[in-house]
Amino acid sequence: MANEHTDKRYEEELKKLREEILYMGGLVEDQIQKAVKALVERDSELAEIIIERDHEVNRLDVDIDDLCIRLLALHQPAGRDLRFITTGLKITTDLERIGDMAVNFCERTLELNQEPQLKPYIDIPRMASISQRMIRESLDAFVREDTDLALKVCKDDQEVDDLNSQVFRETISFMIADPLTINRAMKISSVSKYLERIADHATNIAEMVIFMVKGKSIRHVKELPSSV
Amino acid sequence: MDLQETVEKLRTDMPATRIEPSIPEAKIVDKSPPIFRIENVDFYYGDNRALKSINLEISERKATAFIGPSGCGKTTLLRCLNRMNDLVLNTRVTGNIELDGKNIYDSSTDVIQLRRRVGMIFQKWNPFPKSIYENVVYGLRIVGINKRSTLDEVVEKSLRRAALWDEVKDNLHKSAADLSGGQQQRLCIARALAVEPEVLLMDEPCSALDPISTAKIEELIHELKDTFTIVIVTHNMQQAARVSDYTAFFYLGELIEFGETGKLFTAPDKRQTEDYITGRFG
Repeated sequence: MANEHTDKRYEEELKKLREEILYMGGLVEDQIQKAVKALVERDSELAEIIIERDHEVNRLDVDIDDLCIRLLALHQPAGRDLRFITTGLKITTDLERIGDMAVNFCERTLELNQEPQLKPYIDIPRMASISQRMIRESLDAFVREDTDLALKVCKDDQEVDDLNSQVFRETISFMIADPLTINRAMKISSVSKYLERIADHATNIAEMVIFMVKGKSIRHVKELPSSV
Repeated sequence: MDLQETVEKLRTDMPATRIEPSIPEAKIVDKSPPIFRIENVDFYYGDNRALKSINLEISERKATAFIGPSGCGKTTLLRCLNRMNDLVLNTRVTGNIELDGKNIYDSSTDVIQLRRRVGMIFQKWNPFPKSIYENVVYGLRIVGINKRSTLDEVVEKSLRRAALWDEVKDNLHKSAADLSGGQQQRLCIARALAVEPEVLLMDEPCSALDPISTAKIEELIHELKDTFTIVIVTHNMQQAARVSDYTAFFYLGELIEFGETGKLFTAPDKRQTEDYITGRFG
């Protein structure tokens, strides 16, 4: 953000808010990456570590909320600062939900790891890598106030939705062919759904970034604009 | 209706018809017709050009706030609206300021009449050293209205409008100087309202008041704008945000941005406005 604030303490607190959000973003991104690793490599110990580490995500959620509320109460922000802080509040909620999805993912992983592997995991790691990239890019867009990048994230969501449908069709066909696979196929379908939800949360973040920079909302529109 | 009934009613009244999806548009304050039309106004203190080509329309029965750093011209423009600047030596104004379609700087304008239509409240309250009653009726006595029943009526109506009646109704003949600062300012508002103006100009009306008195004046502004057009100059941006429908931001004699207050304080169009309202002006 060019042009420093005249109130240095306020400037410092805004900077701290930005850093905390980025740290939280980095942490949930890592949670997803490791969650998928635990599934693919059938590493139950890693899955348990990820579940345990969700406390850290939750703590950040509470801390960042506190910081935002303090900033709102003490500085009565307006304009760009107001949009930044309210965006911060919403972004952390999305990040916290992503953290919860990573936990759900690991819980299914622990269950799946107790049975023989149903099929090789191909689409799930692809979905995870797109979702992770979407989170990273939405937060990059947040830091650089880059609306083009944010819009790209919104568009990428379709790719994850398509992969999720593909996994869903595939697991259905397993279940039809052999009812003994239902338990495992349902769980695979669930982890795919978690990744699809994670991408949705990244899209929410990107939409909020567009609001933060341009002051206009592109949420809930039927068709995404080609530019903002 | 108690909570249970409300819930029951909601259950039975919920429409099952299809509702077209729509995104609600940002709320826009109803645009009322302009009472003041300011066109290409320049103002000079000697050679110093304090206002530069100002174009602005002030809506009727709305509150418009002028904000900006010291020396930006906001008070100068406010004082142009009832020709208070005529009283300052070596000044000159060019351009048009129309009140209801008539240029107030026209040679045929009766300035006394203009100031009756466009009243003013100042930063430092200035009641006359008279009783509360005589302060309120001062403007009426000047134009020869002395009928007791009329004056009594105006005093009650004006003091009620200025939210002061309940506090002073038993002491109307006490000296105005005995009132608190906030009460004296409200008395000045009552005095301005007594002559039934159309517009009230307020120059930093709360800058010397405590938070409670300030809140009372702000609440008063909310009520008054149903009847009067209000133009307020303030250094307090939160105050502008709280009381006004429209806000104009001035910088170095220029009007940088004018718009609906909610929009201007959340997503202004101009960088300079954004810097000012977020406190990045140095």
